[in-house]
Amino acid sequence: MWTTPARLHAKGIIGMNRRNIRYIGRYNNRRLYPLVDDKLKTKLLAQEYGITTPALIGTVTTQFGVKHILAMLVGHQGFVIKPAKGSGGKGILVIERIDGDRYVKPSGAQLTLGDVERHVSNILSGLYSLGGSPDVALIEALINFDESFSEYTYEGVPDIRVIVFKGYPVMAMMRLSTAASDGKANLHQGAVGVGIDIASGTAIRGVQFDRRRHDHPDTGHELASLRISDWATLLRLAAGCFEMTGLGYLGTDMVLDRDHGPMLLELNARPGLAIQMANGEGLRSRLDLIERQPEGVAPEERVVFSQHHFARSSELLETA
Amino acid sequence: MSRLPFYLIVAFLLVAGVALSIHRHVQFEVPWTPGEQRQVWEIEAQVNFTADGGSAKVNMALPSSQQGYRILTEHTASPGYGLAFLEENGGRRAEWSTREATGDQQLYYSVQALVAPESKSPEIEPPPLRRDIVWETPYDTAASQVIERAWSRSSDPYTFARELITDFTEERQGENARLLLTQFDRTPLLVRLLNQAGVPAREVSGLLLDHGRRRQSLTPWIQVFDEQEWALFDPRTGTRGRPDNLLLWESAGQAVLEVQGGSDSRVGFSMLSRNQPAAAAVRSQLADDTLLNFSIHSLPLEDQALFQTILLIPIGALMVVILRVLVGIKTSGTFMPVLIALAFIQTTLVTGLVGFLLVVAVGLVIRNYLSYLNLLLVARVTAVIITVIAIISVFSVLSYRFGLNAGLTITFFPMIILSWTIERMSILWEEEGPKQVLIQGGGSLITAVLAYLAMNNPWVRHITFNFLGVQLILMALILLLGNYTGYRLLELRRFKPVTED
Repeated sequence: MWTTPARLHAKGIIGMNRRNIRYIGRYNNRRLYPLVDDKLKTKLLAQEYGITTPALIGTVTTQFGVKHILAMLVGHQGFVIKPAKGSGGKGILVIERIDGDRYVKPSGAQLTLGDVERHVSNILSGLYSLGGSPDVALIEALINFDESFSEYTYEGVPDIRVIVFKGYPVMAMMRLSTAASDGKANLHQGAVGVGIDIASGTAIRGVQFDRRRHDHPDTGHELASLRISDWATLLRLAAGCFEMTGLGYLGTDMVLDRDHGPMLLELNARPGLAIQMANGEGLRSRLDLIERQPEGVAPEERVVFSQHHFARSSELLETA
Repeated sequence: MSRLPFYLIVAFLLVAGVALSIHRHVQFEVPWTPGEQRQVWEIEAQVNFTADGGSAKVNMALPSSQQGYRILTEHTASPGYGLAFLEENGGRRAEWSTREATGDQQLYYSVQALVAPESKSPEIEPPPLRRDIVWETPYDTAASQVIERAWSRSSDPYTFARELITDFTEERQGENARLLLTQFDRTPLLVRLLNQAGVPAREVSGLLLDHGRRRQSLTPWIQVFDEQEWALFDPRTGTRGRPDNLLLWESAGQAVLEVQGGSDSRVGFSMLSRNQPAAAAVRSQLADDTLLNFSIHSLPLEDQALFQTILLIPIGALMVVILRVLVGIKTSGTFMPVLIALAFIQTTLVTGLVGFLLVVAVGLVIRNYLSYLNLLLVARVTAVIITVIAIISVFSVLSYRFGLNAGLTITFFPMIILSWTIERMSILWEEEGPKQVLIQGGGSLITAVLAYLAMNNPWVRHITFNFLGVQLILMALILLLGNYTGYRLLELRRFKPVTED
């Protein structure tokens, strides 16, 4: 049931308090938070730095504007509505397709235009934003996710979380939604976390509800063969987010689009620690190594450095 | 970045907090525990005199804090008289005055004295030796023989005083002593002899405290000095030392009572002893506040009661910090549990828990319906607030009808906080499912209960209210906790699977 602090320390596991004081407090300037806490700002900034993001259909900024979403959606098959200042995936509504006057969620549930409008209205009044402050709703094009992952996910889009420390990608995991997580990609809700080797982009280890898994619980597909295409590009994009935001300890959420390749979904200035569970390894030794590196290294070189130093072999193969 | 300034601040806060608390404990005898009983004497002095019909002035000595006793409060009752407290020749005095007084006059003075064994007497300068003592014959010879006899059998001022006084006690009275006593009163005579022998001494008046006694009078004592130190001698027996129940009423060598414009004056004392909780004894300390003994007790009583609660909030907040930083419990709203705990203090724990669960449960059901109405957030929360007020009103009336008066205390719940709690729980339920609601709601309740237990502890209440320095210590603790980078207790469970390979 319980372990000891000494054993966690030996594994290099970082706890919440250490993350908050030692890394977020030291490397993330609070002044820069709005850049990542506001997805609209992140998006505009990303365009400036040439980092691909999902296409923006439009924004709703006033309650008055809620009535005009219908016009905005003309010509789009599926779309995603997000609060600009939401956190932890709260308030994200995914509509896979529009069927007459019905809006179909990936789960098959159908909503009316009224439901969608109410959702947007809730976003604007700040229901999902930090501190309940008034917010803006973003409407983005649906991501056409890479078919190669359809065996690894249930409903939702699998996303890839890369922790970028001082511009170096240090650890990565893929989050696969499951029936238990209701199509959401949050690990504590039952999504499968798959540790990804920084060197090759292949799966190292799978975890669901803190227990190890070798396959996807719904599709039954084994995880060992999971391999992310365009891995180096993805890491390069993630590493570039350091220059873009100036935040030293950053969680980047990436997705793989069928047509556009790796895309930045959102950034997180307070990334969670579950990635250590998915990788079966603590972050500490990697962060310590990065702290000893000089400043001002180009993103490409940083990616090469990380791929060289953080290479690991899969735990899934030897046991499979 | 150097952490030195941080640790300096923490050390400074700790030292200042501890020093302030010890200062209050030592200087004001504020006890560390609330249960301690302190003995307090209520002494009333009644001055009687017959006024001549014109203006009158009454001047009476008053006791000061001294070895063994601390003066708490004093009151006077003297209708028609002006009153002033004076400091004269090292002694406190009260002066009553009036333009016109006829017939029997009564003036009252009452004082509360706390029995305080640690209390020290203030430094007293020895009185100047009287060099101008002149004796008439044959008393001069008698006096010098008495002094000579005691001197030869003594080694220092104290033994000299003892020998001298015992020579005047009944069984050892010699001829010389008897002769002197025919002309002089015993106590002034002894002081005079001591002075003549070069020993500074004076007559002081004390009150022997005895529970329930009335119409007592002061007894004379002799204060004998040896350099800066002094000792009390009983002029009747020569015994050295102050009896424990002796309160020195007048210790400056002055008259106890002086009356101008009246005759037949006398002062009588009555006294009562009471045991009262130390905290109450502290509360009635004289408000001679300087910056150092800055104290809540100088405020009016109502505001003190308010402060008693306010000063507890840091304790509740500390509990929240401990539970979040060291344990890792999730709560809904960071300091919401403290406010709930404050409500529990008013309602008592069981009533509070039942009331809280009832209000939140019913509120969640109604909020669930409100979500179908498609309202703007602020309007919806306002609707929840009104709902909460309605629920509380209904519960109050119902519990009153059923004879459960405890139910009425439910009104102490912070309604707006409850409404936000309901709103957040409801959203949490929709987004993350009932499990998270149980985890966060349960975490909040556990935190609230623990904060309540900490804040409602009589010892904690006593310490926070009486020792403001404790707030600095709390501040230092919280700063230290804010610097803690170790694992949280619940993380030891969360990360356990990683360590199993």
